[in-house]
Amino acid sequence: MKNVPEPEAYEERVGSRLRQLYASYGYAPFKVCKFEPYDFYSANKSFITGDHILTFTDINGKLMALKPDVTLSIVKNYTSGQKKVYYHENVYRESRNAGEFGEIPQAGIECIGAVDKVQQAEVLSMATQSLAIISDHWLLNIASMKLIGALVGATRAGADKVKALLSCLRKKNRHEIRELTAAEDRNVSLAWETLASFYAPFDGLGELRSISLNAGMHEACDEISALAEGFSEEELSHIRIDFSIISDEAYYNGLVFKGYVEGVHTAILSGGRYDNLAGHLGKKAQAVGFAVYLDMLNSLSSGNTAGNPDVLLLYGEDTPLSRVAEESGRLRREGRRVLCLPKGTPPDGTYADIVEL
Amino acid sequence: MINVALPKGRLGEKVYEILENAGYGCSAIREKNRKLIFENTEKGISYFWVKPSDVAIYVERGAADIGIAGKDILIEYEPDVYELLDLGIGVCRMCVCGRADFRPDPSRPLRVATKFPNTARQYYAAKSEEIDIIRLNGSIELAPIIGLSDVIVDIVETGKTLAENGLVPLEVVNPISARLIANKASGKFKYDEIQRLCRAVEAEVESGKETET
Repeated sequence: MKNVPEPEAYEERVGSRLRQLYASYGYAPFKVCKFEPYDFYSANKSFITGDHILTFTDINGKLMALKPDVTLSIVKNYTSGQKKVYYHENVYRESRNAGEFGEIPQAGIECIGAVDKVQQAEVLSMATQSLAIISDHWLLNIASMKLIGALVGATRAGADKVKALLSCLRKKNRHEIRELTAAEDRNVSLAWETLASFYAPFDGLGELRSISLNAGMHEACDEISALAEGFSEEELSHIRIDFSIISDEAYYNGLVFKGYVEGVHTAILSGGRYDNLAGHLGKKAQAVGFAVYLDMLNSLSSGNTAGNPDVLLLYGEDTPLSRVAEESGRLRREGRRVLCLPKGTPPDGTYADIVEL
Repeated sequence: MINVALPKGRLGEKVYEILENAGYGCSAIREKNRKLIFENTEKGISYFWVKPSDVAIYVERGAADIGIAGKDILIEYEPDVYELLDLGIGVCRMCVCGRADFRPDPSRPLRVATKFPNTARQYYAAKSEEIDIIRLNGSIELAPIIGLSDVIVDIVETGKTLAENGLVPLEVVNPISARLIANKASGKFKYDEIQRLCRAVEAEVESGKETET
């Protein structure tokens, strides 16, 4: 009898190729525990997407949480040296809009220890290759938290106004930035407005340099520019600098990036330099990594019928049992997946063949 | 092709007029029929009408590349979208309203009736003021009149309905107007098309302002 292939879900197929990619860079697989003490997550709540964490009380009365994030656990686990790991795990989070918790499959990598130019370029390259595995139509957006920090430093506004400015930047809301920076120096106001509408490949960096106000912003521009060296011509055509993707500066420093594929309404990949998070967890290490949100693949997999049987075998009330067993057995021996149903049952799915007995 | 979610009603019709004048017309939209989607392949644009409060959801989930939503909806539901333009139409204010002689009782939380609980919560949280939110779906003005709430947080356009019920705007929470929003992924994959449309709409809005003055 031929081996009947087990139908492979689209998510698993992509996940498997991602794991192969990360392993080819010498990254080691990392398995995280499904739950951690709730305190661990509540202390770092703003790093986690969503407001709610799924909790339960263990047999010792300790409040535990189903892990809403993998990065935190990996960083917590770091002791010393260079740690390069990849994972493919489920996390448990409140799904946006639905107002309920969901099990979300994620794959990703973390590089913790010393992050130099090469390590960072390697991570970015893995990010672009991850997106290319998912789709031919992908975009990687890059921004620098260092540049944002330097611009905030040059802005006179108080904390609340800065928070509002960052929110406008994430929304590319230039009209409200103009209002919020009306009392600022004209160059500061212009820099915020320019960042809000900035969307350009590496060779458009000139405009960014022209609004640079201080040494920090100059340095950040140089760092962004230097990243181009690590990409091929083909990859560069998919990369844009865009400050609407900025993350929480309490955790991220330097480079941040997000990946998009056509057909998915939001970012499918997100990552960056998170030395601040490592420091926050008491680790003296630099860190960079990213996660791929595999649940987003659902938007791309419509029409994927890999899970359907190959043959629908329909039998009547008077079909002898031996006839059903003989025909379905013959088809299975040919290596085909056979679903037997009585005639008149509405077919659920699409089948390569329908055989009526 | 840019897919546009237009809010049903007077505001949507005004917005379509702006888009048409900006060079994105679609004659089929003015025909009286039961069609749901109107397309002009030559201009690369497709329109559909949705409930105003649903526009942001269509855009956030990528069913529409762009849409027009009131700032009230954007503040209340905080959709993860780009807010590219203030169209300067549908102008009104989100206000705290109550009786003209209203004086808060500091010994208990302020009772606030509203259709916009998130907006009200944010506003009073910024003032570190404790409130008791009463979520209503309509006839908000009735709440302070019959003693269900102390004040209401609601949209005020002319203030006529308030005045007829003996209420006045007490504080302005936010100025409101129609905003052109875009899905974040569409804003990248259709960057040039969406930017071109935005510039044309912006020019149209500006010329409208000049005509008014």
